[in-house]
Amino acid sequence: MTDTKKEKAGRREFIQNATLGAVAIVGGSQAVNEATVHAHPHDHQVVPDDIALRVRALESVLVDKQMLDPAELDDVVDAYENRIGPRNGAQVVARAWTDPEYKSRLLDDGTAAIAELGFGGAQGEHMVVIENTPDVHNFVVCTLCSCYPWPTLGLPPIWYKSSAYRSRAVIEPRAVLSEFGTELEGDVEVRVWDSTAETRYLILPERPTGTENMTEEELTEIVTRDSMIGVTKIATPQG
Amino acid sequence: MNSVHDMGGMDGFGSVEREENEPVFHDVWEGRMFGLFSVSAGVLGPWHRGRNFPWFRFAFESIPPEAYLRMSYYERWFEVLSANLLRAGLVSERELETGYRDPDQPLPTLLPDPTETAPSGTSEAPTFGINDTVLVRNLHPRGHTRVPRYVRGKRGVVVTDNGVWTLQDTDERGQRLGNFPQHVYTVRFESQELWGNRGAVNDAIYVDLWEEYLEPV
Repeated sequence: MTDTKKEKAGRREFIQNATLGAVAIVGGSQAVNEATVHAHPHDHQVVPDDIALRVRALESVLVDKQMLDPAELDDVVDAYENRIGPRNGAQVVARAWTDPEYKSRLLDDGTAAIAELGFGGAQGEHMVVIENTPDVHNFVVCTLCSCYPWPTLGLPPIWYKSSAYRSRAVIEPRAVLSEFGTELEGDVEVRVWDSTAETRYLILPERPTGTENMTEEELTEIVTRDSMIGVTKIATPQG
Repeated sequence: MNSVHDMGGMDGFGSVEREENEPVFHDVWEGRMFGLFSVSAGVLGPWHRGRNFPWFRFAFESIPPEAYLRMSYYERWFEVLSANLLRAGLVSERELETGYRDPDQPLPTLLPDPTETAPSGTSEAPTFGINDTVLVRNLHPRGHTRVPRYVRGKRGVVVTDNGVWTLQDTDERGQRLGNFPQHVYTVRFESQELWGNRGAVNDAIYVDLWEEYLEPV
């Protein structure tokens, strides 16, 4: 048996067993041993070449069996590549910075206030917005998987889903923030929000000094994705 | 279940690596995989449109730890979706290999829409109030659960009552235990309660927990 064939057989065995509870542990570990020739140490690993083909085959057979409309799939990909992303969240933040009544509604009922700007849907059904202040710095993690507010931030970046971030955010939050360039004084309280249930969290970052004369539209341009996850602050724009 | 997906507090994974100008999908297949999952969720039964999917979460967590760590994010999605399609009898192994419908196989019939299981609207009285101190029960179920290991047996304070939600936990085969509507609370844990002297006095961790994970102190 060639290595490739062995790996394929191992994968098949894994698929058969993966959802069968305890059986998966026994059946799957053999697959793993055969597959570890492709071991990669961290989340940026290069994936096996044939995954693209396997995904294409899966799509093809589902279309062939009339279980899937490829146009619907195109729409989903297009939506998340081009329309649903952190520009949405930035609009929410800029509005909150410039309209105190909106900010009050946003902190009181995030879902409803975000819907006022036209954003909602999958993974944004129950939004809570948390305000960062000079005294309390908040940021968000999903230690169990990758929960993230899609309608306002889009799909999460790789680092948010990485083992390093998920494992460390709750035990050494200041070291993690420091890696993002966010250094906090010791008397600043750090709050880490682990998204373990159905609520999705969006951080309302502090409005930087020197932006008093900027319009809502201009402010939208300076709001970053990472500041709405809470791992960074927004710097005063230069020039 | 107590597997490697439950990562909070583990050491050894190194620094957080970021990618400048990261694309939404790193390759075409990642986008197709995301779309496949989103679109086909509706034909697979008890989960729908990318939410309320304990079965799918259970399947992710059942990937053996060595494989889980080796796989990229969307590789896990592929394994879980293809495994669930096989398990449900909606595709055969040969079809997955060839990419074409086996003419001997009948076309699958759609299952009825699953019932909505988001907030149930029931008005069970909450057991706990804001500022109550609670103890997280020392639970180690073999199925899917939303109580991370790092808070089990620890004390925290209720800061928010998020209303009534159905429990998402499953048994050891990935079947939901039932709706069991109950209050979900945001509980604040002081860092040093969780991590001893490795925690910082000024740090706190907030975790959303279903009522049955908690007991009064």
